[in-house]
Amino acid sequence: MKVTIVDYGVGNLASIKNMFKKINVESIISSKKSDILQAEKLILPGVGAFDTCSQKLAESDLLPSLNQRVLIDKVPVLGICVGLQLLLERSEEGVLPGLGWIKGSIVKFNAAKMTPELKIPHMGWTDVTAVKGSKLFDGMYESPRFYFVHSYHPSVMNEEDALVQATYGYPFTAGVERGNIMGVQFHPEKSHKFGMKLLENFARL
Amino acid sequence: MKRVRVIPVLLIQNNGLVKSIKFKNHTYVGDPINAVKIFNEKEVDEIVILDISATLEKRPPDMAKIKELTSEAFMPLGYGGGITKLDEIKELITAGVEKVVLNTSAFVSPQLVKDGANYVGSQSVVVSIDIGKDFWGRYKVYVENGSKNTNLDPVEYARQMEKAGAGELFVNAIDKDGTFSGYNTKLIEQLSQCVKIPVVAVGGASSVDDFTSAILHGASAVSAGSMFVFQGPHRAVLISYPGQAELREKLFSKI
Repeated sequence: MKVTIVDYGVGNLASIKNMFKKINVESIISSKKSDILQAEKLILPGVGAFDTCSQKLAESDLLPSLNQRVLIDKVPVLGICVGLQLLLERSEEGVLPGLGWIKGSIVKFNAAKMTPELKIPHMGWTDVTAVKGSKLFDGMYESPRFYFVHSYHPSVMNEEDALVQATYGYPFTAGVERGNIMGVQFHPEKSHKFGMKLLENFARL
Repeated sequence: MKRVRVIPVLLIQNNGLVKSIKFKNHTYVGDPINAVKIFNEKEVDEIVILDISATLEKRPPDMAKIKELTSEAFMPLGYGGGITKLDEIKELITAGVEKVVLNTSAFVSPQLVKDGANYVGSQSVVVSIDIGKDFWGRYKVYVENGSKNTNLDPVEYARQMEKAGAGELFVNAIDKDGTFSGYNTKLIEQLSQCVKIPVVAVGGASSVDDFTSAILHGASAVSAGSMFVFQGPHRAVLISYPGQAELREKLFSKI
């Protein structure tokens, strides 16, 4: 039950590792191909701009190893925040490609669609609903809420890939799951017991 | 249901947790790490920790202490105090701090706000604005822990900080601090109307109803210190935080 947090030069990795430590799950932060190729579980973090993350991931030289481990060996991977966004094909925020492991794109919050109009970024705690059965939500506490900070969100092409729905001005997809590929737009590592439960479930997959 | 963030703000002085009244009369209230652990158990939305002696002592953030705090914080944690360099911002974020809070240094160097926002993103750069009344009773921006009047108009300053790249404003009314007399809602209203970024109301809260009032006056989130560390008329130290049911009934359902 060891988790490998992919270090491609982006994000607040210490917080993720801290939470795994709190729930007694062994985790390592690594930028080595050999670690990725042996990983039992992968966390793909990401914060900031989509293109910065996409570029850093490409430059990290880890893409072939990630593709091998996720697409061929089918090891579970969880993208967090922009790490989730990278799982899709592209983003309105930038021009660089995503991994394309899940069909769809990342779109900006549409203020015109909101009633009433809310501030963007969406920052704070929001209640979420799992829209399909998922081991990630096994035994989840009642009224799960998570901490979000984002201006863009996923828009999946295949409805069955949507895992989590949240509402900010209007309902949006806040989490995805397709086989061994999973992602959440919120920050489980900053979301108390709700995040602990989700990360624990992921580690136990 | 719309939620808004309710944020305990903790002040650190000489490694201890303290609480002030109008930025003076600091009372020792306990150990910071212990307080963070308790607030964790209470599932607070977010926490802000300000080392109020760092800038006055011209000392950088105490990274070792901050790492101890972040390793116990399973909610977003903001840190302020003594930050003067971009490298310190980077180091804080790497250590697990979600938001850096700039006060005196934002006034001295708005460029630091800009550089910080470019590097970590606006959402992680908070500018804290302490507002007091000058001799003529006009609102002015104060720095150096409320001891120095910059003579700047709060509205103009707030706009300038938004332009520099601040992702959020932490607005504290000095004469409300520690008084349990409610927020300065007029000030909150004025400032939140002049910027698009979230304004966090600080100073004076005594109840969840005060939170609701601040939100209805335009604040995007609310913060409090004394209300969460003191109990009763004799200011006995007891850490508390409203439960979800109370927040739902008195705050979330009314905004």
